[in-house]
This record gives sequence, C-alpha cells and structure tokens, in this order.
Amino acid sequence: MKRFRGFVIKEFYHIFRDYRTLLILFGMPAVQLLLFGYVLTNEIKDAKIAIYDPSKDVVTRKISEKILSSGYFILEKNLNTVAEIDPVFRQGEVKLALIFEPDFAKKLEKSGTAHVQIIGDASDPNTANMLVNYASGIISNFLVSMNSENVPMQIVPEVRMMYNGELKGVYMFVPGLMAMLLMLISALMTSLSITREKELGTMELLLVSPLRPAQVIIGKVFPYVFLSFIDACIILGLGNAVFGMPIRGSVALLLLESFLYITMALSLGILISSITSSQQVAMMLSLVALMLPTILLSGFIFPVENMPGILQVFCHIMPPKYYITIIKSIMLQGNGLEYVWRETLILIGFTSVFLLLSIKKFNVRLA
Amino acid sequence: MHSVSVHAENLTKRFGETLALDNISFDVGKGELFGFIGPDGAGKTTLFRILTTLLLTDTGSCTVEGFDVVKNYKNIRNICGYMPGKFSLYQDLTVEENLNFFATIFGTTIRENYDLIKDIYQQIEPFKTRKAGKLSGGMKQKLALSCALIHKPDVLFLDEPTTGVDAVSRLEFWEMLKRLKSVGITILVSTPYMDEASLCDRVALMQDGRIMSISTPREVTGNYPLNLLSVKAGDIYNLLGELRDYPGVYSVYAFGQSAHVAFRDGDIDKGNLSEFLIKKNHTSVEITAIKANIEDCFMELMNVPSPAPL
Repeated sequence: MKRFRGFVIKEFYHIFRDYRTLLILFGMPAVQLLLFGYVLTNEIKDAKIAIYDPSKDVVTRKISEKILSSGYFILEKNLNTVAEIDPVFRQGEVKLALIFEPDFAKKLEKSGTAHVQIIGDASDPNTANMLVNYASGIISNFLVSMNSENVPMQIVPEVRMMYNGELKGVYMFVPGLMAMLLMLISALMTSLSITREKELGTMELLLVSPLRPAQVIIGKVFPYVFLSFIDACIILGLGNAVFGMPIRGSVALLLLESFLYITMALSLGILISSITSSQQVAMMLSLVALMLPTILLSGFIFPVENMPGILQVFCHIMPPKYYITIIKSIMLQGNGLEYVWRETLILIGFTSVFLLLSIKKFNVRLA
Repeated sequence: MHSVSVHAENLTKRFGETLALDNISFDVGKGELFGFIGPDGAGKTTLFRILTTLLLTDTGSCTVEGFDVVKNYKNIRNICGYMPGKFSLYQDLTVEENLNFFATIFGTTIRENYDLIKDIYQQIEPFKTRKAGKLSGGMKQKLALSCALIHKPDVLFLDEPTTGVDAVSRLEFWEMLKRLKSVGITILVSTPYMDEASLCDRVALMQDGRIMSISTPREVTGNYPLNLLSVKAGDIYNLLGELRDYPGVYSVYAFGQSAHVAFRDGDIDKGNLSEFLIKKNHTSVEITAIKANIEDCFMELMNVPSPAPL
C-alpha cells in the first residue's frame, strides 16, 4: 500500500509540473464549453431582414410589425425597388427578404388572396430553412387571428416541446461535451502517461521493480480519475451557471454515472497504451479512434436515427452514446436509475472488457 | 552451488532474422565484479535484459541467486538492481524525489540504506532539489546508480554505465564499484571500453552474440598467442597497408598514433622490418616490442573463425 501511495504521489508530481497537462486538464473544458455555448449555436436570434413593401397598407404594416416584434428578426433595410433585393443579399448581412405585392390589402379583401414572397439566403441551408419557417409561421398565425371570427371550422395545433421548451442548444451540447471531454482527457492522458514511461525507458525500471502490473496501472489511472471527476464537475457547474442547463434528476446519480464513464474511458486509455509504444501513436489513436467517433457517431451533433444502417451499427458500439443518453435522461427528464439501468449495465460491460483486456495485455516484460 | 550468483546456460535469443545471442553460457560467483566487454551490437544489452527478467530467452536457462528468470521472476525483481544503458529516471522529478520514489516502490526508505549509497549520493546531495533532467552526465550516472542501489540489491546489473561519461567520472565510477564489491554485492557490468576490462575480476569478451573467452584480465593478456610490435612512422595511412603486405605479418591494427603488428614467434626481425620501411620512404620510424593489452587480445579473438553452427 505504501508502494502504491508512493507511485500515485509521483504521478501527481508529473501532472502538476507539466503546465501543458494542466492546461489541457482544466483549461480545455472551460474553453470548449464557452466556445460551444456561444459560437456553435443554431438558435435564431435577431436575424437581419429586408422588407420590400410597395403597398404600405394596414395589413402589410401589421404583418411586418408582427414579424419584427417576434424577437427572431430585426429590420436591416426597407427596400424601395425590387432591383435592390439582389445586392442586399450579396452584401451578406441580410438573411431573409419579405416582398409584398402591390395593393396587398385591397387584393386580400377583393379576392381573398394576396401574395407575399419570402426569400431566404440558402448559402446556409439550415438557417435559411428555419428563418423561412419562422416567418411563414408568423404570417399564418396572423391570418388565423384576422379571420378568427368568420371562419366556421379551425384546427389549431397546440405544440409543446417537452423537457426543452425553448429548444435551447445547450441542452444538446452540454451532455455531448461532457462525453467528449471526459473521453479525451481520460483516455488521452492515461495513454500518454503510460507510453511516456515506455519511451523514456523508465518502464524498464518499473518492470524490474517488485511493483505488480495492477499497481502500476491503477497507480497511473488513479490521479486521472480524480482530475477527470473535477472536470466533470466544472462542466456541469459552468453549464448550469452560465447557460442554465438544468439538473432535474439526482445529482448523486449523475456523478456516479460520470464516474463510471470516466473509469470506462481510462481503461480504454490503458488498453491503447498497452498496444502502442510511442506517445505519438497513442495520441493519434486516441484522437482519431476516440474523438471523431465521439463527436460524430454518438448522437452528440447528428441524430443516430438518420444515419445509414451500417453507421448505426457502429453507433451502438460507441460507449459515449450510452453516456449521453444517460445524462440527458437524468438532467433533462429528471429520471432515476430505473430508466437508465440498461445503458448503465452496457457501460459497466464496456469497462470490464477494457480493463480485463488491458491487464491481460500489460506485459510483465519488455516487448 | 551457494557460491554462484548468476548462472546462464546456452542462452540464445533471436530478433527476427538477427541472432542477438548465440548459445551463451557463463557463471558469476557471489561478490564478483564481472565484466562483459564488446562493441555495440555484441548482444550485451539483450543479455542484461534476459538476466533482469525483462526479456525471455529462446533457448537455454539462467538463474539469479538460485531463482529461475522465467519461473521466479518476481523473486529476482526484489533482489536485483538494474541500471539501463539509457538514462532512465524521471527528468521532471528532483534528485531526492527520484531516489525517494525508487526507495518506496522497493518498500524501503532512503534512511534505511543510506550507508550503502552514502559515498555516491553525497556527491550529488548538494543538488538534491535540482530536477534530474538538468543534471550533468556524470551526476545523472551517480543518481542512477544510487537509485539502483537504494534497496540494497544482492546483484547489480549495470548496462554500459560509463558510456557518454567523461574520463574522470569514469574512474570515480569504477572506484565506487570496487567499494560496492567489498560490501559483498555481485556486480555484472557491460562496457564497450576495453581499458575498463582490467578493472574487473573476470571479463567475458563478446562479439556478434557470442562469448569468445571468459577469464581474468591477466589471463586474457597472458594467453595472447602472438608477438607484438608497436610501429610508429610519419605516414600512418600508408604504413598500415605496407605492413599488411610484409611477409610473416599475422595482423595489423591502428592503435592511436601507432600500428600494432602481430606475428608468430620468430617470423619477423625488428631490424629487417625497419630497413623495409625506410626503403619505402617512411621517416622517423620507431619500432618497439610490446605486451598485448585487452584490445589486442580482443582483435586476435575476432580473427579466429567462429565455430560452424550445428
């Protein structure tokens, strides 16, 4: 036990003396979270629009007012001619243009139909799609309210978005980011710190010592379990304080599941380091084999259900997918263990397989 | 067999096509200072790794203090100290932290075995708060030796401990080894420097994975079967070629500023050789009969054809 403690103390020396390790450990989670939070947002807020309104009557003015007061749009420019539409889009500021036909209110009254054209800047298709949907939604709402007295039958869909009423992006990316960062820090850091000993030749000395493989492995992993756990708390705390990410379920359960996931990632890191002998290979493996699948195949950014069949199969062997499912369920739906026991068992399964493999693969000799 | 510390029998190790060790056998007695002398690639490091349980041998067997390196490797790891050829301590830990760490993982403390390492450690103790990576070559070597000794091993394996260390530190280092030997520690040391051979109790001369001879340094030079002349002349380059063509010459090697000419008894007359060289326009020719040193013996052994593989 004393030997083990000495080993762990040595590991902490390594970590705290290398400012790059520290920066990755504690700087990265905060920076990533803020970056994702502020930059990678797909919410619509204050999109700039241009309006061409040759009729300037009560109805068009009311429609414009409704649209501008929705909070999604702000008026960039009132256009005077149709010819101005093209240049205003080319300047890139304006994302949407609203074109009313002349004598809009008159036509509406006379024939019951009037035309308004919505032009979106589809060089960013997702945004354009959303903007156009929002705008046409507002217009049809307006139409319904105008006709509410004299239309005999109406079907009014009442939409309610459960668990994330405001469709906030944070609810998506905080769990995803936790899965990604914990995986990265745990797996990358342990695999690097073990291969570093191999590269420097100190592994030779550790092997010739009476330390047992399990002592070396657990001693290596122990500091990172601790530090990754702190990271998990940082992300949760920041997500909650800065972006209002709720934790509706039990915090204890959430931390326990995170602990399980960290252990899983660490055992994966050990496995990587036991099959590689240089820091560079270990880094490449961790980044390419862990980072990208975590981002792309875990349902973090792209929904798993929309992927082609083969990729979906891959998704199901990605441990982060289960972790994301678990913490979303706990944080957003406030569920307890009875709803996530299946995913939890799968994570435990992954962990034991990785741990067994790496202890088996850990060589008590060189090569 | 209580007097044998390390026993090796028919060790062979192959790395793919390369034969790193070719049927090596030897015994090292308790408390002996045993040297493995040979150029790079002779198989010294491979041999040390097998003895320290880091590598498995393909054939043959060996024991350290009676423990088998394969079956009882855990016992061996408790009783042997190992200093690898490459400096392998934690560069980001200080001198004292390194020493402390190795003491802890062997289940001991610096204070407990301070007497053993005192002579060595005292020289680097003034720098004990310095990071190991910032030490000079000689100090690194002393720290590595201290770390290998801190658990009071029965057998000490030193793989090329003096490579890359200045001449003064090298001498000091061998002085330390002699002191450790007097405490009763068995020491196996490998080195590419022929001049260090004479400091060992016994030496094994190694070449291409084989041990060519095992004997005391005195026996090695005493058994030299040829006569030797040291020849000096102004133009050493042409001198070597012309000496090789001289009738009766067995072999010629450059040795610093002179050439060592080996020949069988009575084959060469000093006067005749001198005349021959002067005729070839050599100036300031100097010929002296000398006694063979370890390197001459090594060169001679290399010339003996290796036994045909069975």
